[in-house]
Amino acid sequence: MARMKFLCDAERCIECNACVTACKNEHEVPWGINRRRVVTIQDGKPGERSISVACMHCSDAPCMAVCPVDCFYQTDQGVVLHSKDLCIGCGYCFYACPFGAPQYPQAGNYGSRGKMDKCTFCAGGPETDMSGDEFQKYGRNRLAEGKLPVCAEMCSTKALLAGDGDEVANIFRERVVSRGFGSGAWGWGTAYQLKG
Amino acid sequence: MLKKITAVIMMVFILNTIIISNSNTSLAQTKGEVPGKSLGIKSDTDLWKYVRNGNAGTTQMKDELSAVMIQSEGDNWRALRNGPVSMFGGIGLAGIIALLFVFFLYRGKIKVESGLSGDTILRFATLDRFAHWLMAGSFVLLALTGLNILYGRYVLIPILGPELFSSITVGGKYIHNYLSFAFMIGLALAFILWVKHNIPTKIDWQWLKMGGGIFKAGMHPPAKKFNAGQKMIFWITMIGGLSVSMSGIALMFPFETSMFSETFALLNIFGLDLPTNLTAMQEQQYNQLWHGVVSLGLMIMIIAHIYIGSVGMEGALDAMNSGKVDRNWAKEHHNLWVKEEDEKS
Repeated sequence: MARMKFLCDAERCIECNACVTACKNEHEVPWGINRRRVVTIQDGKPGERSISVACMHCSDAPCMAVCPVDCFYQTDQGVVLHSKDLCIGCGYCFYACPFGAPQYPQAGNYGSRGKMDKCTFCAGGPETDMSGDEFQKYGRNRLAEGKLPVCAEMCSTKALLAGDGDEVANIFRERVVSRGFGSGAWGWGTAYQLKG
Repeated sequence: MLKKITAVIMMVFILNTIIISNSNTSLAQTKGEVPGKSLGIKSDTDLWKYVRNGNAGTTQMKDELSAVMIQSEGDNWRALRNGPVSMFGGIGLAGIIALLFVFFLYRGKIKVESGLSGDTILRFATLDRFAHWLMAGSFVLLALTGLNILYGRYVLIPILGPELFSSITVGGKYIHNYLSFAFMIGLALAFILWVKHNIPTKIDWQWLKMGGGIFKAGMHPPAKKFNAGQKMIFWITMIGGLSVSMSGIALMFPFETSMFSETFALLNIFGLDLPTNLTAMQEQQYNQLWHGVVSLGLMIMIIAHIYIGSVGMEGALDAMNSGKVDRNWAKEHHNLWVKEEDEKS
C-alpha cells in the first residue's frame, strides 16, 4: 500500500496561490477557511522562495496525540483524517501542529470556534465514500475516485507533488540531480521522520 | 569619415560586449547561490534553517499565525502535556487518595474528645458559606470537566464509546467555560471575607511544629479562627486560583494575551534567563500547561481539604453546613477564636 505524501519544490513554486483556490473550489470550503496556504520567505529579496503548506499527514501526527476526544484516525495510506461529529473545537490540534494545518470556521473563543477543518489529502472523512454527507463535511473524496489531490494535480509549475511517497521522492530526486541544486524536501524531516 | 564612424561604433560595441559579458559572469548562478552582494539567504541550508527555526515569511492569508511554516514548540507542548503533566498529575491524584485512605485506617474519624456539648456557636455567616460553596461547587465541576479533557480519552472512551463521550465533553466544555466565572466570583468574595483572618502569626508556627495535632489524639495546638493549615490552604487557593483564572481567561480568548512574556520578563529581573519574545502560539501552549499543572495541584490539595472537612473529622462539616459548630469542637480546634467570640458577646 502506498504511503501518501506531499512535497513542495521550493525551486518551482511561483506563489500563484492556485493550489489554495483550487482546493477551496474543489471542496467548497467555507468562507475564511484555507486548507492550504502559500508562504513566501524573503519576499521581494534575492533568494526568495515560496512554499505551499497544508496538512502534511504526519507519520506520528501530533494532532492525533493531543485530541481530547480522539477524533483523528490515519488511513492505511497514511492520510490523517478526523471526524467532525466527534470534534469539540477545542483547538488543541492547532497548538500541537507544526504546520498550522487545523482551521476553524470562527476565530472566536474556546467555546465557539466550531468544528475543526483541515486538508484531507482529498480523501474525505469517516462517512461513506463519495456520499453527500461526506462532501458537505469534508469535501470531495478524490482518492476514492481514483484521483490524486487537486492542488498538486493542477499545479502549473508542478512544484507541488502529491501521491505515493516513494514516487514523489523519485521525481524530486531526478529534478535535483538534473538541475544540480535545490535539494531539501521541505517539511519531510518533521512530518515523516518515523517510518509508516 | 564613414570609416571613423564605423570604428567608433565597433569600439562601443566591443566595449559593451565586454561590459555585458563581464556582468554576466558575475551574475551567473553557481549551485543555486543568489547573485549579487545583497543581504539575503544565499544557500539552501540557510533557507531551511531559517524556516525550521519557526521564522515567519509572508502570506496572502489574513491570519498572521499562518505565515509561520513550522512551529516546533507544538511538539514540546505535546510531549509535556501527554507526558509528565498527565503522568505526575495522575500519580498525584491517586497518591493523595491512597495517602488519605491509609491515614483514615490509622487515625479513623477524628472525634470531638470531650464529646458533643449540644451548644453551638456561629462560625460562618450566610455570606461566608455562600462564598465557600460558590467556590467549592464550581471548583468540583471545573475539576471534573478539566480532568475529562486530560484523561477522559483514556478512561471514558472505552466505557462510553466515542459518540457519547464526545457529547459529554462538549457539554463539559460549556460547563467549564461558564462556571469559571462563578469560581472567580467565589474566589474574590472569599478573599475579601477571610483575608483578615489569614495573616500568618506566631501561633501558626506552634501549630505547625505540633503537626496540627492531627496525628495523635489529645493534642490540640492553639488556633484562632483559622489554623496554620487552613491559612496555607487559603493562600494556595487564592494564588493558585488567581493564576488558574488568568491562564483560563487566556485560553478562553486565545492569542490575545502575553501573560507569560510579561511574567518571564519579571522573573528575569531575579537573574533568570527566560524567553520574553514568545509568539502568540507559545503563549497558548504555556497557558495550557500552566492551567493544567496548577489546577492538578489545587485538586490534589482540595481532596485532602474535603477529606478533613467531612469524613475525616467529626463536627467539621457543620461549619460550612449550618454555619454553627459545636462549642466543644470549637474549643478543641480553635480555642483562641472561641475566647475572642466569648469576649465579644
